[in-house]
Amino acid sequence: MKFSIMVSEGPYTHQATDSAYQFAKAALAKGHEIMRVFFYHDGVNNGTRLTVPPQDDRHIVNRWSELAAQHNIDLVICIAAAQRRGLLDENEAKRQGKDANNIAPGFRISGLGQLVEAGIQSDRLVVFGD
Amino acid sequence: MSDDMDFEEGGAVKKFMFVNRKAPYGTIYALEGLEVVLISAAFDQDVSLAFLDDGVFQLVKGQKTDGVEMKNFSPTYRALEGYDIEKLYVERESLEARGLSEEDLLVDVQVMSAAEMGDMMAQQDVVISF
Repeated sequence: MKFSIMVSEGPYTHQATDSAYQFAKAALAKGHEIMRVFFYHDGVNNGTRLTVPPQDDRHIVNRWSELAAQHNIDLVICIAAAQRRGLLDENEAKRQGKDANNIAPGFRISGLGQLVEAGIQSDRLVVFGD
Repeated sequence: MSDDMDFEEGGAVKKFMFVNRKAPYGTIYALEGLEVVLISAAFDQDVSLAFLDDGVFQLVKGQKTDGVEMKNFSPTYRALEGYDIEKLYVERESLEARGLSEEDLLVDVQVMSAAEMGDMMAQQDVVISF
């Protein structure tokens, strides 16, 4: 089955992001496909490479990047939600005249249309939020 | 997935329901949820909105937000008709628990019981909750 996932809460603050990751891993282990993970609301904070958790804790951001690289998953951060919360890729940083960018490997910034498209093209869209 | 999907050029039309559960200004969910609804209109899908729990407050008439320095986005709900989004369902129990009735709302809606709302949700292909 082809799944897409929506993550609506921030990493570490809320379990939604952990549950989404565990779901994705379990689905992949059963031979399903994860087409896209769409990060919205505070979920966009899953995609900042400046995240530095304590060493004895899970690294939520790197975990997503590794899973995406291994299984060719499209990790999409909503542009409108990202801009409000200070997440920029290189292009957006330039366009907005900012002096830095912080997007993690394997993530890309795009529009909300990617969420609706994921709903259309996937067999199931699973929402992880509050 | 419903068995009676319509096929048009560009693929199947799916039934999308956006479920609004949060009050309009305490958190960003309502505002960002509405942004998804507006984008979805561009995809020619069968879109409906459900309002339950504190989400019913999103539709209450006479919202004034100057004091909290936030944009009053409630007029947008009245503009949804122009996007061909006309299926607005409100849960009766949620209205009654908050001392509200259909006359307090700023748009025409269909009020239904929690059980009917559940049936409506069961008919959807994609349910995204905010």
